[in-house]
Amino acid sequence: MAHTTTVGTSQWLGGRKPYGASYGKLMMWFFLISDAFTFSTLLVVYGVIRFSSSSVWADPEKVFTHFPGLHELFHFDAPLAFVGLMTFILIASSVTMVLAVEAGHRGDRKKVEMYMVWTIVGGAAFLSCQAYEWYHFIIGTHGFYSEALGELNGSLHLSDGSVAQAFSDGTLIIQNGMNAGADLMKSQDLVAKLVPGGAIVAENFIQGANLTVNQYAQNPSFAGLFFFITGFHGTHVASGVFLNYLVYKQAKNGEFEQRGHYEMIEKVGLYWHFVDLVWVFVFTFFYLV
Amino acid sequence: MSGSHHTPHGEYDNDQSDYTHPDVHLHHDEAHGVAIRKQIWFVFVLLAAITAVEFIIAFIMPRGTGRNVLFIGMTLVKAGYIVAYFMHLKDEVRSLMITLLLPLTFILWLILALLIEGGFYNGGWFNL
Repeated sequence: MAHTTTVGTSQWLGGRKPYGASYGKLMMWFFLISDAFTFSTLLVVYGVIRFSSSSVWADPEKVFTHFPGLHELFHFDAPLAFVGLMTFILIASSVTMVLAVEAGHRGDRKKVEMYMVWTIVGGAAFLSCQAYEWYHFIIGTHGFYSEALGELNGSLHLSDGSVAQAFSDGTLIIQNGMNAGADLMKSQDLVAKLVPGGAIVAENFIQGANLTVNQYAQNPSFAGLFFFITGFHGTHVASGVFLNYLVYKQAKNGEFEQRGHYEMIEKVGLYWHFVDLVWVFVFTFFYLV
Repeated sequence: MSGSHHTPHGEYDNDQSDYTHPDVHLHHDEAHGVAIRKQIWFVFVLLAAITAVEFIIAFIMPRGTGRNVLFIGMTLVKAGYIVAYFMHLKDEVRSLMITLLLPLTFILWLILALLIEGGFYNGGWFNL
């Protein structure tokens, strides 16, 4: 068969890439659009639950006050300072990423490697910061006792998910709820006792946060949303660091030099910038608003 | 074969084409690189400055709708710069920009529909 392939001048006759972008880059963009929908759904759900919550919502300035060193050494509260630093770290690693892309366009392998290392360091630093933040969110600092009263023969729902019941013969039964007995509840101390007259008094010591109860807001969803949204973003950061490491390794091995271009850095770069972009929104809606 | 007119070059048939096609080089020289790097650092300073201003506003301005509008506005500016200059959407063809940005308007619908629903009992929108 004769090879008489004609490359037309029209967009539709072949020989042109759709949108003038390579397949890989286009698919990365489409993936990121779908991911943008996922993240915006999560943030909108945050808004819906906050708006529909009848109890007072947590004040982020009072929740995120720990700054490494200041907290441990001086017990000094620095509201939002640490999350500000995290934002700065992620933006800086986005800059080193785009500098790696620029170096790739010039075919400067050494610079690509250098900037990829800095990007990976930035991503790892962000994840470490997040681990610190999660640790203090879960452990908490100033716990409090929440007291609840229940009637005779009635049942009292306790904030750890268990149910206490008092009977006229003087017995008190505490049925374990969903999370009672789970190791998640370590920071929590539950005291329930019968008082003369047959009522139950339950004292719940609430400190830190888990999926059922938290010290920051009456609505347990606050902690759940924190874990899910920042956790889902953190997962993206972690996989981004992994991808960054892969392309760094490839650049170091001279694979892109052999191909004649560094487009793979660009594709992974798109993902990394998107992770930064999502954080900009998480920062606003979770920590500022 | 009549179909051969509509068959693109073999090199476009799969992703392997990226390895050989000259289009993806997009090389620029050192002089151009200096200008691009300057722009990157400008965007970095801008993003850091906006974040710093947000941080200050969080402390000096009382909570309320006005503050939230300010925060959201600055967030959108930051997002715009990241997408345009870091993700280089500004350098893509117009049809790709439209293809990528148009579906995002559905998010506005999602926000409106769900937040009105969520704030029904508490007057949520202006009650933060």
